[in-house]
Amino acid sequence: MYRYDEYDQRIVDERVVQFRDQVRRRLSGELTEEEFMPLRLQNGLYMQIHGYMLRIAVPYGLVSSKQMRMFAHIARQYDRGYGHFTTRQNIQFNWLKLEETPNILADLASVQMHAIQTSGNCVRNITSDEFAGVAPDEVVDPRSFAEILRQWSTFHPEFAYLPRKFKIAISGAQEDRAAIYAHDIGLAAVRNEQGEIGFRVLVGGGLGRTPIIGTEICAFLPWQHVLTYVESILRIYNQYGRRDNKFKARIKILVKALGIDEFKRQVEADWADLKDGPGTLTAEEVERVAGYFTDPAYETLSDHDSTISAYKADSRPFTHWMMRNVRPHRVPGYVSVVLSLKKPGCTPGDATAEQMEAIADLADRYSFGELRVTHKQNLVLADVRQKDLIQLWQEATALELTSPNIGLLTDIISCPGAEFCTLANARSIPLAKSIAQRFEDIDFQHDVGEISINISGCMNACGQHHIGNIGITGVEKKAHDEWYQVSIGGAEGNLSSIGKIIGPSFTFNQVPEVIDRLLQVYLQERVEAESFIDTVRRVGHEPFKKHVFATEFTVEDEPVADKHAVEPAQYEVPFYSPRF
Amino acid sequence: MIIKNKAIIADDWMVLRLGEHDVAESVTVAPGKVIVPLQVWLKQRDTLQQRAEIGVWLASDERPETLRDDIRKFTVIAVDFPRFSDGRGYSIAFNLRKRLGYAGELRAIGDVLRDQLFYMQRVGFDAFAPRSDRSIEDALKGLSDFSEVYQISYEPKLPLFSRVQRKGNTAQA
Repeated sequence: MYRYDEYDQRIVDERVVQFRDQVRRRLSGELTEEEFMPLRLQNGLYMQIHGYMLRIAVPYGLVSSKQMRMFAHIARQYDRGYGHFTTRQNIQFNWLKLEETPNILADLASVQMHAIQTSGNCVRNITSDEFAGVAPDEVVDPRSFAEILRQWSTFHPEFAYLPRKFKIAISGAQEDRAAIYAHDIGLAAVRNEQGEIGFRVLVGGGLGRTPIIGTEICAFLPWQHVLTYVESILRIYNQYGRRDNKFKARIKILVKALGIDEFKRQVEADWADLKDGPGTLTAEEVERVAGYFTDPAYETLSDHDSTISAYKADSRPFTHWMMRNVRPHRVPGYVSVVLSLKKPGCTPGDATAEQMEAIADLADRYSFGELRVTHKQNLVLADVRQKDLIQLWQEATALELTSPNIGLLTDIISCPGAEFCTLANARSIPLAKSIAQRFEDIDFQHDVGEISINISGCMNACGQHHIGNIGITGVEKKAHDEWYQVSIGGAEGNLSSIGKIIGPSFTFNQVPEVIDRLLQVYLQERVEAESFIDTVRRVGHEPFKKHVFATEFTVEDEPVADKHAVEPAQYEVPFYSPRF
Repeated sequence: MIIKNKAIIADDWMVLRLGEHDVAESVTVAPGKVIVPLQVWLKQRDTLQQRAEIGVWLASDERPETLRDDIRKFTVIAVDFPRFSDGRGYSIAFNLRKRLGYAGELRAIGDVLRDQLFYMQRVGFDAFAPRSDRSIEDALKGLSDFSEVYQISYEPKLPLFSRVQRKGNTAQA
């Protein structure tokens, strides 16, 4: 993976000094909260309900075992002993003190990490395919371009105060695993007929209040031009994106208002005199960065380890795990293993300090000391020898990281929800837990097969509910109550689509029952091996809607005293309020 | 006082802002060194261009191309930041320098604060009028928050990867 040279290190170190001084000025009252807010946000620091939350950038999801151990240290030293992996491949800590954040950033800088631009109206962390570099269907390894874009976007002077946040995702495989259609810019690295590398550029995708699938602005952009072309897109957006209404400020609204043809004309007019200029990417730079993403020391091995087959015959849990959590690798004898952070009953994406350290050890022993964070809030050991699988499975099982549920009912994506977030209308994590517990039966999960349930506590869609096969959104009908809208038909990947709401919203306890009814329709309607989303596409929404609303709900909801209270209070540290 | 070329200097330019009842066509432009709103320049161009020294300022929603034919007439061009979080002024500055070849003083006015100065100088501003309720000495420090940057803008002219020899993966065989 990429490692900082003296320049990267200096920039990050200077950021720590700068932020330390900004915090000092805030604490002394020299900066008002209004002035400090964009500064702290550009450093990933939010003021949440219970504490300051710091979002740390995990560039395109790649993290070393050493960095993972630093997360464990931060969890213990400054937080409540755990961290939360996010849908944008980052990690966040929820219970911090403002005055300690400069020290956290200094600790992070010591392992080549930072929190730069993980929030705020700027270019955010670049996300990518969690199987980049190892997937059998990969056309171009996107990692070096992701790193080049990371450096280019870091402290870009012109684009730090955009109308709204700006997210770029890049993938390089036949199957899109980076949700590039749901980003402000989506880049698909491809090869043309001559075998030259370039990008299919999508623009104006995004979730939030107005979910839109990205539109192609350029079918093939030679790689040399990727930085200048992205620059021109951002410049048009910076000048003409709406600033009068934050709900209409994303680039998708501008692209929609102008139309893709006019938007493209403006971008290319701006680009005309940048093209081939000094900002053009050079082969030397791509080679330099790609030098960090060369293959680890793979052994010459062959596939098909007979001991695995024998073990599978003996162990159903292992068989289930092999089926769901182990993915093919382009190198014979190797696989990628997804460590599930979705054990039913646990918070999706959470890992304790102890787990993080143990995961780091697993990475050192089984996967060249590297890990990836997935946008579905799990972790990946990308380079595991097949012959190590049994031992790895046993060890990871002891750590509760082998729920064989990747891509299944209980592999739920969830935002932090009302327990933590000031924006959320409703709780997300307790609902995710409740759904996971209801469908915990692993045989049932495997029978239902591939399905995604995505939960967001509000329409801002951090839980990406629009692209969940079943999407759940928290809404408020009147102050302080909580309701959930349910949509079906959303999908990510090559066939991305936005889900449609099935009807009036439901109570907390009704939602698992609603999902049960949706599944009943699917199980009845499906034809051989058809996935949930394929059935929805084939039969339409009607049969699902009809069945969900055919019978009254008998479940009752106990009144919730305070939806912002974290239940149970996590990890035993006394309550701490950050408010000034 | 303003910051210009990384030093605090006295400044005798006056920024004309239109009051509620002022009209661009008829507002009186005081004698001396005045930075007038773009609209005043456009309406009173014939008389204003007689002056030995004149400046103009752009609001964040105005287009720098409007000044294309006049760009050499100004001693100073200013860009107004109505709020520091309004980032349009950065692209205006970049376009003035890069697309229109403006070489004179380019001044940031309005909600100009220390923590934005580093970015502002990179897109082409060389003069800053920090908000008057803040220490200008303190603001000056903002210009040197970082000693290295990755990407081109107006400054630097070359990206880091073309300016320096970066070592690359030395662990690689």
